[in-house]
Amino acid sequence: MHELGITHEILEIVLRYARRHRVTQVSKVLLEIGELSDLEQEWIQHYFDAISRGSVAEGARIEVKKLPCRFFCRQCGNEFVTTLTNDEPLICYGCGSEAVEMISGSEYTVKSMEAT
Amino acid sequence: MREVRLIQIEEDIQADNRLEAEKVRRRLEEAGTFMLNLMSSPGSGKTSLILKTIEAVQSMRTPAIGMAVIEADMDSQVDAETILDAGVPAVQLRTGGFCHVDSYMVAKTLPSLDLEPIDLLILENVGNLICPAQSDTGANSNVMILSVPEGDDKPLKYPLMFRECEALVVNKSDYLQMGDFDMDSLRRRAKKLNPEIEIFEVSCKTGAGVQQWAEWLLRKIGR
Ligand SMILES: Nc1nc2c(ncn2[C@@H]2O[C@H](COP(=O)(O)OP(=O)(O)OP(=O)(O)O)[C@@H](O)[C@H]2O)c(=O)[nH]1
Ligand SMILES: [Mg+2]
Ligand SMILES: [Zn+2]
Repeated sequence: MHELGITHEILEIVLRYARRHRVTQVSKVLLEIGELSDLEQEWIQHYFDAISRGSVAEGARIEVKKLPCRFFCRQCGNEFVTTLTNDEPLICYGCGSEAVEMISGSEYTVKSMEAT
Repeated sequence: MREVRLIQIEEDIQADNRLEAEKVRRRLEEAGTFMLNLMSSPGSGKTSLILKTIEAVQSMRTPAIGMAVIEADMDSQVDAETILDAGVPAVQLRTGGFCHVDSYMVAKTLPSLDLEPIDLLILENVGNLICPAQSDTGANSNVMILSVPEGDDKPLKYPLMFRECEALVVNKSDYLQMGDFDMDSLRRRAKKLNPEIEIFEVSCKTGAGVQQWAEWLLRKIGR
């Protein structure tokens, strides 16, 4: 299972920051996950509950913010959100150019945490 | 009662794995070895393509290209033995039931190979289109196989895999006449996710397209 390994990485990052900030209790962890990346929040929470037991992160709630695929147009500078998993052509909504590049949508990040 | 604080983190979940992957790449570079990470669903033809590639590459270049294979098949030794029978060193990587190979597993496996004579090292990843896409193995190039019976809609379901690969081998092209697999739709969908992706139509059964694929690979490794 992919999620267990990922959850270990998340907990390690959280505990590293908890030590650095002399935290006594982590109450919430915010993840930012791009639309193209795969992550099941339910499983992450389940594993996190199990492996964080006895640490300052025990009982923390995992929140996942899904980020859509966002593009930048090199032609006109427009930024737009679109989906890559359909049969529509990938062109700028502003000018119709194909010279677009993805600027977000594949994130896999521990964004922040709430703690006391 | 202490006040709740918001602590900014902004760390990539895969950062440690990526650092280890860079170490793997440095080791490969020192030995002059090019590593290819081959991914696909179970049964799409990873082992078959490796065997065809060994055959094609050996007949195309003198002096011979040194090759080896890392097999990450779930529990069996079958694939590793098949490769060994073809006269190429193969080692079994133990994933312990894991759904993909990461750079730590590769780093642990490399010492069991003598890298010096190896120009091309192929990793047969675990059969799965989701998890392996997420994890840097330390390879120099990621390549995926999609076999015709799986359908032309797979880019819509597994977008990350198509984005992370430099090349897509569409295998079992001998089935193209029999079904409703639309090669143009597949190309369009794959290119939308990854405009740079190279697409090869191959049949490991008839050998069609193997030559073009092998030529691309040899160019990649600089031979
Ligand atoms: N018709 C046809 N069959 C093929 C082709 N390539 C592979 N096969 C068959 O497909 C089956 C699976 O091939 P493998 O090479 O074992 O696939 P794999 O991806 O290594 O499979 P796992 O390691 O089990 O995930 C075998 O029975 C092959 O003979 C092809 O181009 N055409
Ligand atoms: Mg195989
Ligand atoms: Zn534009």
